Amino acid sequence: MDNELTALGIIFTEFYYWVTVVFMFFIHVGFCMYEVGATRHKNHMHTLMKNTMIIPVVTVTFFLFGWWIYFAFPNGPWIIGPLLEAQWAVPYSEMMAVNMGAGDLNGWERINGVFWAAFLLFSWTAASIVSGAVIERIKTSAFLILAIAIGSFFWIIDAAWGWHPDGWMVQKLGYHDAYASGVIHAIAGGFALGVLIPLGARIGKFSADGTSNNINPRNPWLVTVGLFLIYTGFWGFYVACNIPMWDVQAGDGVFFSATNIYLQPTTLSGITLNFLMSLSGGLMAAYVVSKGDAFWTYSGGLAGVIAASAGNDLYHPIQAMLIAAAVVPVIYHLHFWVERKFKIDDAVGAVAVHGYAGFIGVVVAGFMLWGYPSSPNPDYAMINPLGNFIGAIIMFGVLGFLPGFIIATILKKLGMLRIKPEIEIMGLDISAVTTDIHDEQAIINAEREFVSKL
Amino acid sequence: MSTGNIESWAGTISEIGPVYPFVGTEVILTIVCAIFVLWFLIKQSSIENATLAEEQRKFGGKESLSKIVALEDPKDP
Repeated sequence: MDNELTALGIIFTEFYYWVTVVFMFFIHVGFCMYEVGATRHKNHMHTLMKNTMIIPVVTVTFFLFGWWIYFAFPNGPWIIGPLLEAQWAVPYSEMMAVNMGAGDLNGWERINGVFWAAFLLFSWTAASIVSGAVIERIKTSAFLILAIAIGSFFWIIDAAWGWHPDGWMVQKLGYHDAYASGVIHAIAGGFALGVLIPLGARIGKFSADGTSNNINPRNPWLVTVGLFLIYTGFWGFYVACNIPMWDVQAGDGVFFSATNIYLQPTTLSGITLNFLMSLSGGLMAAYVVSKGDAFWTYSGGLAGVIAASAGNDLYHPIQAMLIAAAVVPVIYHLHFWVERKFKIDDAVGAVAVHGYAGFIGVVVAGFMLWGYPSSPNPDYAMINPLGNFIGAIIMFGVLGFLPGFIIATILKKLGMLRIKPEIEIMGLDISAVTTDIHDEQAIINAEREFVSKL
Repeated sequence: MSTGNIESWAGTISEIGPVYPFVGTEVILTIVCAIFVLWFLIKQSSIENATLAEEQRKFGGKESLSKIVALEDPKDP
């Protein structure tokens, strides 16, 4: 920081990630609105509080161990190498606080906190994806345990494996997932599916003959505004997946560019084109396949972006649009097929929109980018269909579905997972509602008494 | 006298690392942080269980539930 150019680079990077964090906050606001809008009136406050409390518990646990996992686990550990040193990321590090940067980490002391926050907001997103699927019958205490598991543990392991520039999946499989089709969405969707099986459906979701009944969003306006806010936050998400300024020239010479998370060159222009075109492809396909249903059209826009995200650092915008448009009808039909066949009550379609779209997006990127380098390091495997297919299975199945299923099953056995059916019928807000009625009645009585004395 | 490493900004700022007070207590702070989040999770669970049990006791009877279901039924006069 002793010359203007170095200071400009470091302070710009610090500011860049800070802006992405503010944008990504909209994702959480959007998820809260979306979930509450999708919930019946009798469960509104409970749904809101369940999602809101993701923020503190995932933040604090991500501070305690999540950030360290990202830097310590790229080798597995013990898949291709040992646990790595990551002194700057342990919670008792002097660099996990305001620090003027006296060390020898080239300004990392100043960037550490905003980079931590960017990853933390991904953590909230992973937990929020699960939150929507399980509304109206899960206990908040059980959900918070699951939120810590997915938000501060399992997703960050997959980030260390498949998103860290030196993650073992990048090195050995050539795994490529630039904007987190698998790293965030497939894992969270898989985790949600794993939880939904032991959790079971809401009362009335399935009739005695097995047919499913729609429990439609009670406030479609809140749902749609929520999804718009998720789109808005997604801009920050995309930009946070980049590194704003990096010398990408291999060999002699210098060439500064924005890079993806793997330190490979891309441009903000390119990802902006692809974001909007994949959103558009998803919206159009979802409108057609759902015959203009608002809930699924908005969700399809999101699914379209997710389906193209794995390769949106490199795709042509029309390729991104076509991939989105092709994947959305698949996940739409898959959602209803799984619902009918396995009696899975995914209240907001989170498994389809995030899980299936993310999984397919990773697989598609393996074909579309076949033979591209997965890293600036020439010794790492090239991007290939098999590597990304195995990667998608690891994300959705191994780190998503299995832990979700196991933890939720344990919670169920302990009687901690689900509320009693009587509570489900009366609604989780019954205490708040009856207290409100009692208080309102007292106020009305006082007003009557005042008027009677006039 | 200062609670941190800083008594003046007049020195060489490039040699300054952490600027928060009580540098050296990070491990203790981490333990406190872990205890705090664990305490919250236990407390939240106990509050929720007590609330649900109370609701079950107050409104979980057949008569109360029948009234609630009737309120939800658009066909019920």
